[in-house]
Amino acid sequence: MAHASKETTHGAYEPYYVPEQSKFPFLASIGLFLMVFGLGNVLNDIKAGISATGSSWLAFTGFFILSSVLYNWFATQIRENHQGLPSAQLKRSYVLAMYWFIFSEVMFFSAFFGALFYVRNLAVPWLGGEGAKGVASMLWPDFSPVWPVISNPNPQLFTNPGESMAWRGFGEALHYLPLWNTILLLTSSVTVHIAHTALKNNNRKKLITWLALTVLLGAVFLVLQVEEYAEAYSELGLTLNSGIYGSTFFLLTGFHGFHVTLGAFMLFVILMRAVKGHFKPEDHFGFEAASWYWHFVDVVWVCLFLFVYIF
Amino acid sequence: MLPMNKLWLGLGGLVVAAVSPAAMAAWGLNMPKGITGISRETYDLHMLIFWICVAIGVVVYGVLIYSLFAYRKSKGAIPASFHHSTKVEIVWTVIPFVILIAMAIPSTRVLTQIYDSSESDLDIMVTGYQWRWQYRYLTEEGEEVTFFSNLATPEEQIYNRAEKGENYLLEVDEPLVVPANKKVRLLLTSADVIHSWWVPALSVKKDAVPGFVNESWFNAEVTGTYRGQCTELCGQDHGFMPVVVNVVEQAEFDAWLAEKQAAAAAVAELANQEWTLDQLVAQGQTVYTTFCMACHQQNGQGLPPAFPALTGSAIATGPIADHVTTVLNGRPGTAMAAYGALLSPVDMAAVITYERNAIGNNVGDMITPVEILQIQAAAQ
Amino acid sequence: MATGHDDHHHGPAKGFTRWLYTTNHKDIGSMYLWFSFAMFLLGGTFALVIRAELFQPGLQFVEPEFFNQMTTMHGLVMVFGAVMPAFVGLANWMIPLMIGAPDMALPRMNNWSFWILPFAFAMLASTLFMEAGAPNFGWTFYAPLSTTYAPSTVTFFIFAIHIMGASSIMGSINIIATIQNLRAPGMTYMKMPLFVWTWLITAYLLIAVMPVLAGVVTMMLFDIHFGTSFFSAAGGGDPVLFQHVFWFFGHPEVYIMILPAFGVVSEIIPTFSRKKLFGYDSMVYATSSIAFLSFIVWAHHMFTTGMPLAGELFFMYATMLIAVPTGVKVFNWVTTMFKGSISFETPMLFSIAFVVLFTMGGFTGLMLAIAPADFQYHDTYFVVAHFHYVLVPGAVFSIMAAAYYWLPKWTGNMYDEALGKLHFWLSFVGINILFFPQHFLGLAGMPRRIPDYALQFADFNMVSTVGAFIFGFSQLLFLFIVVKTVLGGKKATAQVWEGAEGLEWTVPSPAPYHTFTTPPLVP
Ligand code: HEA
Ligand code: HEA
Ligand code: HEC
Ligand code: CUA
Ligand SMILES: [Cu+2]
Repeated sequence: MAHASKETTHGAYEPYYVPEQSKFPFLASIGLFLMVFGLGNVLNDIKAGISATGSSWLAFTGFFILSSVLYNWFATQIRENHQGLPSAQLKRSYVLAMYWFIFSEVMFFSAFFGALFYVRNLAVPWLGGEGAKGVASMLWPDFSPVWPVISNPNPQLFTNPGESMAWRGFGEALHYLPLWNTILLLTSSVTVHIAHTALKNNNRKKLITWLALTVLLGAVFLVLQVEEYAEAYSELGLTLNSGIYGSTFFLLTGFHGFHVTLGAFMLFVILMRAVKGHFKPEDHFGFEAASWYWHFVDVVWVCLFLFVYIF
Repeated sequence: MLPMNKLWLGLGGLVVAAVSPAAMAAWGLNMPKGITGISRETYDLHMLIFWICVAIGVVVYGVLIYSLFAYRKSKGAIPASFHHSTKVEIVWTVIPFVILIAMAIPSTRVLTQIYDSSESDLDIMVTGYQWRWQYRYLTEEGEEVTFFSNLATPEEQIYNRAEKGENYLLEVDEPLVVPANKKVRLLLTSADVIHSWWVPALSVKKDAVPGFVNESWFNAEVTGTYRGQCTELCGQDHGFMPVVVNVVEQAEFDAWLAEKQAAAAAVAELANQEWTLDQLVAQGQTVYTTFCMACHQQNGQGLPPAFPALTGSAIATGPIADHVTTVLNGRPGTAMAAYGALLSPVDMAAVITYERNAIGNNVGDMITPVEILQIQAAAQ
Repeated sequence: MATGHDDHHHGPAKGFTRWLYTTNHKDIGSMYLWFSFAMFLLGGTFALVIRAELFQPGLQFVEPEFFNQMTTMHGLVMVFGAVMPAFVGLANWMIPLMIGAPDMALPRMNNWSFWILPFAFAMLASTLFMEAGAPNFGWTFYAPLSTTYAPSTVTFFIFAIHIMGASSIMGSINIIATIQNLRAPGMTYMKMPLFVWTWLITAYLLIAVMPVLAGVVTMMLFDIHFGTSFFSAAGGGDPVLFQHVFWFFGHPEVYIMILPAFGVVSEIIPTFSRKKLFGYDSMVYATSSIAFLSFIVWAHHMFTTGMPLAGELFFMYATMLIAVPTGVKVFNWVTTMFKGSISFETPMLFSIAFVVLFTMGGFTGLMLAIAPADFQYHDTYFVVAHFHYVLVPGAVFSIMAAAYYWLPKWTGNMYDEALGKLHFWLSFVGINILFFPQHFLGLAGMPRRIPDYALQFADFNMVSTVGAFIFGFSQLLFLFIVVKTVLGGKKATAQVWEGAEGLEWTVPSPAPYHTFTTPPLVP
């Protein structure tokens, strides 16, 4: 398959570029280590009720090292690309790596979706006296199993949310932020596609316009999500501490939001590079990687919208 | 390659020795047959699968060992050139598959029986605690009997300062008592982490999961004492959480139950009695040793940072109301459980008074069982 | 494209920065292997603490709390620190050589995957010295023991899992990209050596389940620090949910530790039988079937949690099915030896022992799969015996076989055959004294993860501990043999073994620093 383009005879083989040595990985490991070690200390300090200043600095130093190493790493990668070092074969390696990376992200989200389906369809009904293990309800006589769980089995330990984020019917649709967010993200998938077509047609201006629009849509999405969280915390009484509904809601949407942030940041970097004149119509892996990631984030949102908000 | 020979022989010998029935009985090599219908069926299933595996093993290892001897290069073996046969592959895919179906049928039958806990004669709620079991007989309302079953092996034996007794680590202060030839249904749950209630002779092993209830049942056919252990890692003293079941005749069981019910009534009565500080401290020491010492340690110094010291602690030397609240309601989200539902008013008053006037504290005040009852009533 | 790439033919850089900054798959492979051996000694030392305490009833050396830390750290270090990195090391060294690739697909990321590990394990091991003590909730860290009731160091444990997961994911992405993209012309999928095949499938498994592990520790982190209630019924969650998510990772994980072992053995047995591997195609299909099935059997670790009957039955049947493709593999290995011309060099001895003892572990696995019987076996030493039979004379023996098999290729020197054989026999005898009696202990009713036990278990525990020390100290001999080989010895030829076939045997021994910078032609 893939080998057809590589070479026909021995002599024509394009060497596979193997960088001679690199400081980046080792330094990045140090950064990563300091970051998570610091973060662990921050969390433990907070829990123990002692000052987390020192550990915050540690975590921040780690984060700083990690991000500057990654910055330089990517810069080097781009420079090498401009020098023409990567062969077509190496570029295929990048493509494969990105595919499998996205697959790993899919599996990460599956863990949370799996948890959501499990509690909705099994655990909560059992606690409320339904299904094969309904005897559990003898421990929670006052609990009734409805989803979203608005009244927890033990409201002293996990405060009841005032209200859930569920779909409030078509009458309320216009005031329903998640619906707007869905529209925003779906649109942004289209705009990034238009930008891609423009890039392939070597239409720089169009590329930059539509890419900028995509980043903007992503940013608006994030603003609305912050707004939604603020509303949840201040008005609905829906917090991380509101039992299983709040737990699944915030972890699913939160990690999605985090991925939107990453994706928007990637697209922003790509935008800057496009402004600087990077990318060729036939060779723009960086752009493609970021846009695949964006589409992935979009698909996750659609699943979220369906299973967290609507059903 | 002589050592190889001998080793195979030795290993073969070991396997044969291991499975010959006489050896099994003498050396305790195999699973007990147990004293319930289910435990015998499980045993038979176990032996069936075991012998099937032995049979397959004999064939596979037979061919292997034969090849190792017959086709060695040192004897001038010339390698054959075959390396593929769809026919053989199909054969050795299908045969194991058929064998597996033969295993699945009896397994399904036994499992279905195990899962049928309906129509029981006696229901008992079993609650796991770090690190003891609580049994509650779900008899008529108001006549329920509840008690804890704690490890009875003294520390001296565990730390090798005394000769170990016959039932070392498998003995408790109060065993579970059940009637023979009755279907006893267990409802298992836990107050803290996951535990697992296991008695091999009954072939019952079921997890006790906090917040959920699991069902299981047994019908013991032979009277006697049967021992088991907690089998889910539940923290520090997981290894010190035995289960002991006394199977007795129905009449004996009835008498035992009646006695227990009377004793429960007497304990309730005790709460209304007059108590002096010294009496409470004396009573409190037993309660403390049984329930609190594992975490807060014998002298109250705790195991910081996980388990705080009580000696000199703000709670144990501050206003007594806070102390009572802490022990009654626990500290949600920490290992400190709510003891309100576990300890009788007397024990509750005793342990609190003890903590304030022993283990290095000397506050001088006390709380009576009656006051505990009032606080609990007010909270309702 | 003729930009001066003659630097490709340089040797390694000088000094220790060669190891810190390297992008060379052989260097990285060696680092993985040394790291894993160090972890093997560390995890083994923990095991020896466990076995020493269990030598006699009563508490002699450690307190129960510390014992639990030892059990937990032993399991974690062996699984994530010893076995997995060892196989990644073998993959790094051998996959490019076997498929005729110039290096791994993404050499810098390759180095990163490695260097994360020492930091992750340093962080994990450092908890032993913290006031709150190391993780003490078992390598399966069931909630709520690992959340509400855990020592504060659980936070570092969680982050260590996160970053070693990142390492594994990057490592397997690299392996997949290498295999998919860097095969020499003519190296079609169905011509790839089985070691490459099994690793390809293992890498798929890793990418699929490591993120799930990351997900479950993340839920723990939130339960511990941010007030969520995934694993607490009081908030509508379920402690058993933890087990489902964990074992969705955990069961494929055990095949991650055995599939590359199958690959290694499938390379070695044909070589020393001087006969082609029997049923190559069916080996590939069997490996794929095992991988597929591994995703739908996870709850066989949870038979006693009180799943509904339908769940028990489903997971019981699915688990039993795994015996079929695994059987195909065993039969193929045996048939490969049948009518071969067998010689018994050390790699072959370890491989034969693998086939025999792994199969025994497989049989006990099948017994465990029978749900009603598992009610009696579960969480006893019978399970401990089962998984050590598949893991130690399984995975670990295959790693040792691989080390002996390829050492001459790596170092250019032959190892000392007499010492190798001695190492094998000590290990073989030691391992059986160590783990065989544990079957009896389990059946007689000894639970696992206990620091002290009732008197009827005393005899076999004593035997087992003796075996542990024999086996453990024999591994120092292995260290000696390897070091001796690295330092010198009889020079190895390119082919090394009379019956060996494959690209790795066409390059000189030791393999030059850069190989196949232009791809070889595969007939
Ligand atoms: C390398 C690792 C490895 C491997 C390969 C396996 C292989 C298998 N395992 Fe094991 N297992 C573990 C590692 C592994 N396991 C670990 C670490 C645990 C404990 C985790 C913990 O709790 O800490 C565990 C626990 C475990 C349990 C849970 C026990 C319990 O806690 O109660 C079960 C239950 O079903 C099980 C089953 C199996 C089965 C059916 C196989 C099968 O794959 C085996 C298939 C092989 C054969 C059957 C032999 C060869 C076949 C033939 C010769 C063909 C003909 C045979 C027949 C038809 C019978 N394993
Ligand atoms: C691949 C994985 C792997 C490997 C190789 C091993 C190897 C060994 N394991 Fe274990 N084991 C597990 C994976 C593994 N194990 C897992 C997952 C568990 C479950 C944990 C849990 O319950 O959570 C477990 C649990 C476990 C238990 C049960 C503990 C309990 O339930 O409380 C026991 C008890 O005997 C045990 C023993 C051993 C022994 C003696 C070895 C031996 O093979 C070790 C050999 C010894 C050495 C290699 C030591 C060599 C070192 C020296 C001689 C010192 C020299 C020192 C220097 C040079 C610095 N292991
Ligand atoms: C499983 C472990 C465990 C057991 C058993 C236990 N405790 Fe505690 N206890 C704790 C922990 C942990 C805390 C600290 C809770 C916190 O962080 O707020 C605590 C706190 C306390 C405090 C408050 C101390 C302070 O100064 O804040 C008191 C009083 C107390 N326990 C009394 C008892 C009594 C009485 C018993 C027995 C009836 C008992 N405990 C049994 C773990 C335990
Ligand atoms: Cu309770 Cu283990
Ligand atoms: Cu499994």
